[in-house]
Amino acid sequence: MSLGSLEMGSVPELSLKPFRIRSLVIDVPLLVTLLAVMGIGFVVLYSAIGGSTGLIIRQGIRVFVALMAFLVVAQIPPRVLRMWTPWMYFIGVGLLFLVLFRGTVGQGAQRWLDLGFVRFQPSELLKLAVPMMVAWYMHERRLPPTFAQLLIVFVVVAVPAVLIARQPDLGTSLLVVAAGGLAIMFAGISVKMLSVFAVLGMGSAPVLWHFMREYQRARVMTFLNPETDPLGAGYNIIQSKIALGSGGLFGKGWLNGTQAHLEFLPERSTDFIFAVMGEEFGMLGLLLLLALYLVLVGRGLLIAVQAQDTFTRLLAGSLTLTFFVYVFVNAGMVCGLLPIVGVPLPLVSAGGTSMVTLMAGFGMLAAIQGNRKLLAP
Amino acid sequence: MKRKRKTPKVIWRPWRTRFLIGLIAVGALALEGQVLYLQIFEKDFLEAQGDNRHLRTVQISAHRGPITDRHGEPLAVSTPVDSVWADPQALRPALDRLGELAQVLDLDPDWLARRVTSNLDREFVYLRRHLRPDHAARALSLGLPGVSTLREYRRYYPAGEVAGHVLGFTDIDDHGQEGMELAYDYWLAGETGTKRVLKDRLGRVMEDVELINAAQPGRTLATSLDLRIQYLAYRELMQAVQESDALSGSVVIVDVTNGEILAMVNQPSFNPNDRTQLEVSRYRNRAVTDIFEPGSSFKPLVVAAALESGAYSPDSIIDTSPGYLRVGGNILTEDYNNLGRIDITTMLAQSSSVGAGRLGLELDPDQLWSVLTSFGIGRLSDSGFPGESAGVLNDPQHWRPVGQATLGYGYGLSVTALQLAQAYSIIAADGIRRPVTMIANDGEASGERVISADSARALQTMLESVVSPAGTGERAAVANYRVAGKTGTAKKFVVGGYAEDRYLAVFAGLAPVSDPRLVAVVVIDEPRGEDYYGGLVAAPVFSRILSGALRLLAVPPDALEEPPLTVVAQAGVAP
Repeated sequence: MSLGSLEMGSVPELSLKPFRIRSLVIDVPLLVTLLAVMGIGFVVLYSAIGGSTGLIIRQGIRVFVALMAFLVVAQIPPRVLRMWTPWMYFIGVGLLFLVLFRGTVGQGAQRWLDLGFVRFQPSELLKLAVPMMVAWYMHERRLPPTFAQLLIVFVVVAVPAVLIARQPDLGTSLLVVAAGGLAIMFAGISVKMLSVFAVLGMGSAPVLWHFMREYQRARVMTFLNPETDPLGAGYNIIQSKIALGSGGLFGKGWLNGTQAHLEFLPERSTDFIFAVMGEEFGMLGLLLLLALYLVLVGRGLLIAVQAQDTFTRLLAGSLTLTFFVYVFVNAGMVCGLLPIVGVPLPLVSAGGTSMVTLMAGFGMLAAIQGNRKLLAP
Repeated sequence: MKRKRKTPKVIWRPWRTRFLIGLIAVGALALEGQVLYLQIFEKDFLEAQGDNRHLRTVQISAHRGPITDRHGEPLAVSTPVDSVWADPQALRPALDRLGELAQVLDLDPDWLARRVTSNLDREFVYLRRHLRPDHAARALSLGLPGVSTLREYRRYYPAGEVAGHVLGFTDIDDHGQEGMELAYDYWLAGETGTKRVLKDRLGRVMEDVELINAAQPGRTLATSLDLRIQYLAYRELMQAVQESDALSGSVVIVDVTNGEILAMVNQPSFNPNDRTQLEVSRYRNRAVTDIFEPGSSFKPLVVAAALESGAYSPDSIIDTSPGYLRVGGNILTEDYNNLGRIDITTMLAQSSSVGAGRLGLELDPDQLWSVLTSFGIGRLSDSGFPGESAGVLNDPQHWRPVGQATLGYGYGLSVTALQLAQAYSIIAADGIRRPVTMIANDGEASGERVISADSARALQTMLESVVSPAGTGERAAVANYRVAGKTGTAKKFVVGGYAEDRYLAVFAGLAPVSDPRLVAVVVIDEPRGEDYYGGLVAAPVFSRILSGALRLLAVPPDALEEPPLTVVAQAGVAP
């Protein structure tokens, strides 16, 4: 794919055509790659949870629900999505306020709304609603945005981000900010503005530090020097590096990861499942997984580039890059490139909500791709 | 333009696309680089770090070798037990569940809580040791973090009190503490092995990785004891000590042909299986650790020296008039009657202390000392038993006439029951000294000649006259066997001199006289009944034990009192 052609806005039709089965919208390359990643995830997870059938069945149900979310969302035409966007956004923010006052506490954080039959995490909704809202706002306007418009967009992103960070859920907050910020990037922002925001961002670091909680500061300090407290704050990252490193090129083999199975590795079925994979399948396994992720990102970008209006283009680009940030933050944290942030490895880690959100997002990508108005043949 | 656009104003600048793709590329490359760095370049270091965390070298307890009697009957055996221990640091998160653990382990919950919380800085504390494996498994099944078991071996002594003194015991860590367990610890103790294991974060052993050194089980120790005779001796001694209300007692039985100790029992006894009985006064093996003045039972050794000097024979006459012995102005001892001029045989049979004292005085001190020493008096025996006493025999330069005279009738020196048995076994073995031993040595042991065979045989004959209606040891007689021996009734030395009412009754003897096989020494300390003489208290015990032991060993009788009439009668019934 040549970048020159992108510039013209006249994207040549590639052979990867949208696929309709009895008017069902499924983006085949996307779905196949997603299934491959989830398949790998299933295998790794089976090992990470120690072969517990009960847990693996529950994860299977979650995967099924997530696939359903993908298929359902893919059938929604993008203009309908656009119509719903403000509703989704404001309801989401409202729920965040509700969580702040009425939420259920779990693991020291107030993130959940107990709806009686199911516990619901409104912050997940915002992962989709924020980039959608930014795209919705920009859709009507001439690009690139003016400074005033950028300020409004900034508020649109900041309000839910702060609310989520208050829960506290730094990881999700970060992803929401990334999603919104990337949407702005796609909306077109001048180098000057980008620089201003970059400087502002760096300048706000000490302020952020001030507002960070004690454990969050400890995580940053630990990231900078994990060996200071090997049994405390630095424990996770040290164990995770050991797991990765001892895997070597080919890994120790499925179900043979000592770090994971001897329970040295913390959170091995969720946040640190990347390390389990590295230990058992080695560098080759990780490269395969990362390559599949890049295929997804590439497909997403292609969809963005081929999108025919501002809303879909911004939404597709933002969702795709957020997904990459997702992968990068988790993998980077597990290998010690980034501080510990509670972000699961997308489509692989155990846990239902984030998988459903992600698949819904990919559903939107499929919908965007499948609803392009082609010239009549 | 080939297609319609809703918003034709989207500005798509090439740098932006490149920038985003560049960002993704940089991110992906950073990840790949870090993965490569960790998994290829840091692999060895991180692998070692991982191994440091979950590979542990642990010890494998070795099975301690069993102790058996000469026929292979088990006297001490080790059975596997499991000890429950905890890593208090790992157990910390589950402190609220200690109650369950206390219940399973039958421990006081408060004690257990203190045990864990006061050792939080340590990584190993025993919670309960030596449990049956199924019991320990119940504790493990609670699944508490940091609670593990350790395989150990616990010693059981099937013969209990009967062989307790000889065997001794081990401590809770299976190290020999007393007796044979201590003396032969190097032989019995196995070599602890080591193996590499995988341990999980909570310290539980998940998998054996490799065996580094296999545990070498300890070797079997076959003692010279004959459990049947040991039982017999134990029973008879216990009964005698109880009947005579004595303080304590010992019996030693030696096989004359090879120096093997067939039985060694003491009273009071203890059960090595019951650790509450572990007090020195009970577990001391008095037969080798306690010394006493042998009194009259020592006289045969003095007579042996006299015979060896060449100046005396069994018929040599000693003048015991006037019935008491005065040396340096003090009356040292007296006989019950004035026996007048008697030969040495009569002197022994009547146990004349006056005669023995005179005889002692007439001997050359150095020659006497040399013969007594060659009998093993004042020297450690070869038994190798821990805590053995060498007894006391002063150097002849310090004897002076009084000391030399008292030596003649067995005072002024001390021996152990084992030493006395050893000395008598030299007489019984026609003058050959064979090292006494607790270990079965299969067959005859080589020995060295200590006194001439003639002297030894003469002594046997003289001692046989002691065990006769005319002697003091008549009650030592064994039906159908010729028995020789010597009684002893020693006044006990207490603070301020010799007590008038506290005695030690001894009988030392051998059988059968025609071809001596067994020597037995019976010591009864402070019999408090009507009878206290060695001939009345100790001799019957000797008789009962030997009559059983000789039959158990199938020693041919040498003094059948009557022909086996039963056989004749049966033959008569036959048609």
